[in-house]
Amino acid sequence: MHFGEIAMTTPANAGDIANLGVVVGRDAVAVIDTGGSVAVGEALLRAVRRITAKPIRYVINTHEHPDHVFGNAAFIDTGAIFVGHRDLPGALAARGDHYLRSYRDALGATAITRVRIVPPTLLVDNETRLDLGDRPLRLIAWTQAHSSCDLTVLDERTGTLFAGDLLFVRHVPVIDGSLKGWLSLLPRLAALPASRAVPGHGLRVAPWPGALADETRYLRAIEADTRSALAAAVPLEAAVARIGGAERTLWDLFDEYTPRNATTAYSELEWD
Amino acid sequence: MNDSGIGRRATIALLASAASGPLAWASYAWADETPDPWPSLAEQIFGDRTIGDGAAVLTIDAPYRAEDAAVVPVTLRWTLPDEDRRKVRAVTLVIDANPSPLAARFAIGEGSGVDRIATRVRVDDYTNFHAVVELSDGALLASARYVKAAGGCSAPALKVSGDTIAPGTIRMREFAADAATARPGWREAQVMIRHPNYSGMQMDQVTRLYVPAHFIKSLRVQQDDALVFAVEAGISIAENPLFRFMYRPNGAKEFRVEAEDSDGGSFRAAVPISPSAG
Repeated sequence: MHFGEIAMTTPANAGDIANLGVVVGRDAVAVIDTGGSVAVGEALLRAVRRITAKPIRYVINTHEHPDHVFGNAAFIDTGAIFVGHRDLPGALAARGDHYLRSYRDALGATAITRVRIVPPTLLVDNETRLDLGDRPLRLIAWTQAHSSCDLTVLDERTGTLFAGDLLFVRHVPVIDGSLKGWLSLLPRLAALPASRAVPGHGLRVAPWPGALADETRYLRAIEADTRSALAAAVPLEAAVARIGGAERTLWDLFDEYTPRNATTAYSELEWD
Repeated sequence: MNDSGIGRRATIALLASAASGPLAWASYAWADETPDPWPSLAEQIFGDRTIGDGAAVLTIDAPYRAEDAAVVPVTLRWTLPDEDRRKVRAVTLVIDANPSPLAARFAIGEGSGVDRIATRVRVDDYTNFHAVVELSDGALLASARYVKAAGGCSAPALKVSGDTIAPGTIRMREFAADAATARPGWREAQVMIRHPNYSGMQMDQVTRLYVPAHFIKSLRVQQDDALVFAVEAGISIAENPLFRFMYRPNGAKEFRVEAEDSDGGSFRAAVPISPSAG
């Protein structure tokens, strides 16, 4: 697998900020996420070709965020089938334009023009299994959590869970779906028969389910601080600066994402 | 149909050349190369009425750089000096660079004591906010504040499918006075209505067509029969519209809330007011 940097997208890192996976079976290969630019996707494709000549049968996107799908165009000519959550085509349709425009500065004008939004044609509704030849992959589509269409891939032979952005290690978790949804699925996620997991962001393969401990603590802190603020009638603008404060030194990119996480959590929980 | 309500006239007016309008002040600096939309908007919304400098009277609190362009908190606060016997009749919020710049117009109930209203708005591009108070003698005073945010009007709706809370659900919340900030005779409350407030610029996540605009057009809060405030609003108000306000309770038994949306949907609620603390 390939570890992306823990960083925001810049022209220098070319959007190489998310972790990408490759699974090689007896007959075929699956790629899990393609990176934050076509250049990163191309580099991934070259890396796959260095280790195997087997056909790439599937490109699996764990969710719609640019750092995981902007490299898709590099795989169009491989003949691979693009796979994703049932709601992924809609999410890409809704946000594609927005991402292409808003990532123009972050990636650079040249790099952004190469990006194509490539939606999945094989959709996962609940669960499905793909087999690469004696190498079964169990794909699970989750309800709103990190995003609106999170998908995990369990490599059953090795007990390796490609968790996508349902797992963050060191990089602060990003809530772009539902905080309550994410907290509610954690027990089922933790119970999956995996011994190690590849996070969507973070520089190492982590033990499973132990890897969830830090993230769970962060999400619970966001929830608790938000509920406190709501109970104390602290308005949104004042609450956002304080929510999650105890976690600040424990995560990279904390300040880049936590205030927005807090806004999302506050808007969600104020209706409870 | 893609009527963004009260903003359409104002939007079309952006194409008109900026008039040498009767703006008696220009206390902001427009540093952009693009023409400042405000003079033209002001004329479209207020005709040829003079708009004075409201900096001493009217404050806009908003983040300089918004965390989430689709949910930007903004608070409008106003105060007149004791010797000024005029009353505030209405407060208008304009988000200059939005597709629907006329974000909200609040009519303030006579004797309601409302002098602070907070809400959340969508901000589509870096812009000035303008707030204009209308006084009982017809005078208009305006303040401005610059906000950096982008994409708020086309950001996808927060919910993917099926909201668990029924659209049109109205909630009222009352806030206990904080000892440090308590104002004798005033209380703070909040009205919330569950509604997607579609801007007409968001793409439906399933059909891939633009979701037609569908938004709260008007919302009215009374304490028994007395108007607290009534707002006319458009697509610049964020999903699940919320208005938090300071007001003077008059001993009424209940809040009465009525709201209408752009599709003719009509919602109402009556919520008991808790007795004032000691």
